[in-house]
Amino acid sequence: MSATHDATHDEAPIAARVRHVEALLEQRGWLAPGEVDERIDALAAGGSPANGAAIVARAWVDPGFRARLLADANTAIGELGLSMAGGLQEQQLIVVANGPDEHHVVVCTLCSCYPIALLGPSPGWYKSEAYRSRVVREPRAVLREFGLELPASTRITVWDASAESRYMVLPRRPAGTDDLDEGRLAALVTRKGLIGTAAV
Amino acid sequence: MSRINDVGGMVGFPAIVEEPDEPAFHADWEAHVVALNAALLRRGVYDLDEFRDAIERIPPREYLAASYYEKWFRAITTLLAEKGIATPEELAGA
Repeated sequence: MSATHDATHDEAPIAARVRHVEALLEQRGWLAPGEVDERIDALAAGGSPANGAAIVARAWVDPGFRARLLADANTAIGELGLSMAGGLQEQQLIVVANGPDEHHVVVCTLCSCYPIALLGPSPGWYKSEAYRSRVVREPRAVLREFGLELPASTRITVWDASAESRYMVLPRRPAGTDDLDEGRLAALVTRKGLIGTAAV
Repeated sequence: MSRINDVGGMVGFPAIVEEPDEPAFHADWEAHVVALNAALLRRGVYDLDEFRDAIERIPPREYLAASYYEKWFRAITTLLAEKGIATPEELAGA
């Protein structure tokens, strides 16, 4: 039966099988010639953690933007020329802000939902069963493994992303950065900071 | 009943492994799988819910053994066969 055909256990290496399916679809008109290459170029030119870093830096220097970002991220990021509409359909972006006694961390327990249109592909560990299973059960221990030791008094909120709602963490501005401009501040922000497995 | 993809809170998985300087894709075929999927979604051959469902109904043993983009490719070929675009034999190059 076709539905249970076990394509992953076929003999040919997967790269050859992917090429074969692509060629077959082109031959039958389901793909235009060069369409896949164009999509690959578009992917490479799409989202990047740098977009998230720019959003965070703006929120650190502009309290008005920060308020708009937390209220309606999809609209607010337009102020930076950014958008969640890079994919097939615009997904909702929800930005959650860390505070002195509160830390946020994002996961997709069911698969790998992530604001790809904005931030690019997620890291491998984000998609792993290990992260997805454990961070909801023992977030503090998982964050410790990432080198992020939070005080026992810090409340940790784990956000489970879905196909429709994607999350990004707004880290706290590090102390001693009062003299840095927006560009220098953005350079401090990491992809892990945007997911919540790092402080910044 | 939940499927194998619903791992939230499940115990028994190993430590989380971080790869330093991880590239977006580890091989060209992975980028091709993502692009192929985007093209087929755009063309309406199947929708995103069908794609996720096709991943989520991979039998547990194979789901856990497959890499991330191997699961994607398997879901794509499953849907292409189910939609009558090509037979499993044609998709496998047989």
